[in-house]
Amino acid sequence: MEEMLREYLPIIVFLGLAIAIGLILVLAAVVVAVRNPDPEKVSAYECGFNAFDDARMKFDVRFYLVSILFIIFDLEVAFLFPWAVAFKDLSMVGFWSMMVFLAVLTIGFAYEWKKGALEWE
Amino acid sequence: MISSDIQIVLPEIILALFAMGALLGAVYTGKDKTASFLTWLTAGVFLVLGAWIGLNGQGTQEAFGGMFIDDSFSRFAKVVILFSAAAVLIVSIDYMAKRDLLRFEYPILVALATVGMMVMVSAGDLMALYMGLELQSLALYVVASLRRDSAKSTEAGLKYFVLGALSSGLLLYGASLTYGFAGTTLFSGILTAVGHDVSIGLLFGMVFMMSGFAFKVSAAPFHMWTPDVYEGSPTPVTAFFATAPKVAAMGLFARVVYDAFGGVVGDWQQIVMMLSILSMFVGAIAAIGQTNIKRLMAYSSIAHMGFALMGLAAGTAMGVEAMLVYMSIYVTMNIGTFAFILSMEKDGKPVTEIKALSMYSKKEPLKALALLVLMFSLAGVPPMLGFMGKLAVFRAALEADLVWLAVAAGIASVIGAFYYLRVVYYMYFGEDSDALDGTMSPVAWGMLVASAVIMLVGIVNLFGIVPMAAEAAQALVN
Repeated sequence: MEEMLREYLPIIVFLGLAIAIGLILVLAAVVVAVRNPDPEKVSAYECGFNAFDDARMKFDVRFYLVSILFIIFDLEVAFLFPWAVAFKDLSMVGFWSMMVFLAVLTIGFAYEWKKGALEWE
Repeated sequence: MISSDIQIVLPEIILALFAMGALLGAVYTGKDKTASFLTWLTAGVFLVLGAWIGLNGQGTQEAFGGMFIDDSFSRFAKVVILFSAAAVLIVSIDYMAKRDLLRFEYPILVALATVGMMVMVSAGDLMALYMGLELQSLALYVVASLRRDSAKSTEAGLKYFVLGALSSGLLLYGASLTYGFAGTTLFSGILTAVGHDVSIGLLFGMVFMMSGFAFKVSAAPFHMWTPDVYEGSPTPVTAFFATAPKVAAMGLFARVVYDAFGGVVGDWQQIVMMLSILSMFVGAIAAIGQTNIKRLMAYSSIAHMGFALMGLAAGTAMGVEAMLVYMSIYVTMNIGTFAFILSMEKDGKPVTEIKALSMYSKKEPLKALALLVLMFSLAGVPPMLGFMGKLAVFRAALEADLVWLAVAAGIASVIGAFYYLRVVYYMYFGEDSDALDGTMSPVAWGMLVASAVIMLVGIVNLFGIVPMAAEAAQALVN
């Protein structure tokens, strides 16, 4: 048990160092920095104008839909890359597994297309 | 070989292909106009597959190098899952259509969730386990928020998603610890690595995985999502949550503790006992104050999971058998009860207040009688089938020398009887008020009455499920 835990010592040292440096940099700003705020300094700055409206506005839900679709196909590519790189060593099972995966994704894509999820207006 | 592997997972493949085919078929033709037909069709496919698995399966077969196990335990669970999912789909059509909720995605999502559940109970590997569990959960998150324009339904979906993701995280953490210490994701390999004296790392992995399962079966202290999700979801979806996924999660729980950690029964037994006791008491006591029948059923399901876990806690083949019998009876009772709850409405609006049942017996004596039988059965009153289920788990606990657990369960079931009897009290002795005026579709009426009749007739020989459950338990434990 102890033998095994010792193998993890470098990662503990690394984590400790990362936390320590992070904390020092954040806290240094609080301790060292010069601060004398006035209302003009702390107000929102928008290219020299007063702020037009609140930054917390509602976005159309379609933006989320587009980002979700992006993630799906992004992941597909993430799966395809290692598959393509190791293609020479793969058997036919490996080839057809990926084809099945792509077919399933295509079904989802056909569904969302027909459902109208891609139409903006 | 790959072709024989595919032969073994054929039911799952067929159902998955059906779901995808139906999705494309419906979206390219009538869309929601096909929903009613599609729901019937999905229920039909469930029934055919269930009958096929039940009649055809033999012996124990492994596919994909042990990642997928087809034995009589998984077949028993699959048949219960498929039949209960079909029953829920059939009773829900009328309710969904009336409230404009019958979208064609509903039966398809239920079918995909069912594929996930079938993989769960057949899993022989941590990967297959997680894949099945996530397929089931992701489909269920979506059906929970099926009524998109209702704040409660979307809240239920979101809560279910966030807490479900948390439980998946716990489970994955446990699975990664188990993999790290055992060096394999195969259950058979983990069983060898664990041996008869579990190392501290594997113990942690096991405990985290069991916490994840406890979330999925909604056992206390991991039950807090259940009442809110049950209340907020559309009632047919609540009915589905209370039946098939519970059986699947229970099957998965038993599968992992026996197939992967069967060498250290004493270690997981204590955890299951604690989950069992807490669930029984939380379910029984917290339900007393409920005025909403869907919340009441949520707490009732927590308590019932406690009793089913008592069978598992016994750590014997008899305990697993009792757990399977208990789950089958529980599912049958719940389908009947929810068929009734679906019909509770007044002036066309669904009602979930228990008080609305006041003097229901005067207006609809037969339906009130059927509900009375079901409530007595849920409470475990002797002549009904629910009592036989309780008897089985009590006997298993006593045989395993867990007398104190059985005594505690007895106390919890007496406390729990109070709120079931309160429903009966309102129906027969409540104040006179404007009774419910909803009509029941013939199918739902049939389910309600059939379920009540089963509760009475079943005590003769429990329709022969006991030997089947015994065979299933033998397949798992040995």
